[in-house]
Amino acid sequence: MLSAVTRDLLLSLRTALEALGAYALFFLRLVTETPRALWRFGLVVQQIHNAGAHSLVIIMMSGLFVGMVLGLQGFDLLERFGSEESLGTAAALGLLKELGPVVTALLFAGRAGTALASELGLMRATDQLAAMEMMAVDPVRRVVMPRFLGGVISMPLLAAIFSMIGLFGAQLVGVQLMGVDSGQFWSQMRGAVEFGDVMEGVLKSGVFGIACSLVAVYEGYHAVPTAEGVGRATTRTVVISSVVVLLLDYMLTAVML
Amino acid sequence: MRQTRAIELGTGLFVLLGFAALFFLITQITSREFGFGDAGYRLSASFEQVGGLKPGAPVSMSGVTIGRVESIAYDFNEYRARVTMRIDGAYDRIPDDSDAGILTAGLLGGQYVGIGPGSSETFFADGNQIQFTQSAIVLENLISKFLFSKAAEPPAEETTEESTP
Repeated sequence: MLSAVTRDLLLSLRTALEALGAYALFFLRLVTETPRALWRFGLVVQQIHNAGAHSLVIIMMSGLFVGMVLGLQGFDLLERFGSEESLGTAAALGLLKELGPVVTALLFAGRAGTALASELGLMRATDQLAAMEMMAVDPVRRVVMPRFLGGVISMPLLAAIFSMIGLFGAQLVGVQLMGVDSGQFWSQMRGAVEFGDVMEGVLKSGVFGIACSLVAVYEGYHAVPTAEGVGRATTRTVVISSVVVLLLDYMLTAVML
Repeated sequence: MRQTRAIELGTGLFVLLGFAALFFLITQITSREFGFGDAGYRLSASFEQVGGLKPGAPVSMSGVTIGRVESIAYDFNEYRARVTMRIDGAYDRIPDDSDAGILTAGLLGGQYVGIGPGSSETFFADGNQIQFTQSAIVLENLISKFLFSKAAEPPAEETTEESTP
């Protein structure tokens, strides 16, 4: 009885380790292919369009509302200490360092990650990837790499757009609606936010971009070639990406703070 | 062909917007100033106590920011703190007998260096040192001084009571 439980435990541990190893090897493969893929930039541009430009509307809408909520909540909290002028600082730091990269990554996993995974999964299910191999075209090189790089390049740009729009949202609520002094809002922000804070956000969103894109292309590429398998790959993409992003966020914050 | 160009146009707009956002965040939100060409000149001053002054804090005359604190180091020759400031090149007519003090903006604000103009006919040049300085006020020292002087005074009420009968 007990031995059966331990055997099950060991087995699932082994499966988890195998999955981690497979991820690491796949990532290594993608990294070694990167210079060659950058050479054929036309394909990457197409994927930046798919992953980045098509996510623009949802990112901007979410950024605006997150910023507006931040303005309301921040004002309510800071008013208790009589320092509502610090709203700009609080909103800017919150958006740049945390909300911008993390929320963008989660939205990206939901919007672009699922699209990538189901596209690759369907290619697998309809034997398109096998057909490429038959024609001596490496599907990783031709199909996976541009999608991976498109996601990696898009993410920091999307996060920057998110932060900027969010800041305008916070300013809209804080200054226009709640009556925080506009000059105080911007000047306190300028005094407190440093160049390193912006770079921290960029670095974070870069790491999240790599993680989300890797999960999406791995799950799609290794999908079980059935209708159910593609569906499961899509679900797994969102679940794994979200958990990995939040985990990485904690680790990066702990290192950089 | 037409479709490819539409995609390229869309992608180009997206990338442009992304970098514009990044540029906005770096230049408008942070206090970083990108000096092109004119880097200004350096002044230094030594203080008994710098308090909470930090590199990057403003240097101001009559409330106008004329430069920034570049570095703060401890000088073992003088046993005082040495503050190096970078002054904007446009403000090149500061009399060389001006004084510098470390002041606090508002009750809870950050500390900055305030320069009060002297009356000399000659002006500071690159690398000069400000001779007259006033240290930052440390609240604890102020309170202890106040309590000490209070304790040294003779108790006021008792003397009046003794003299009345």
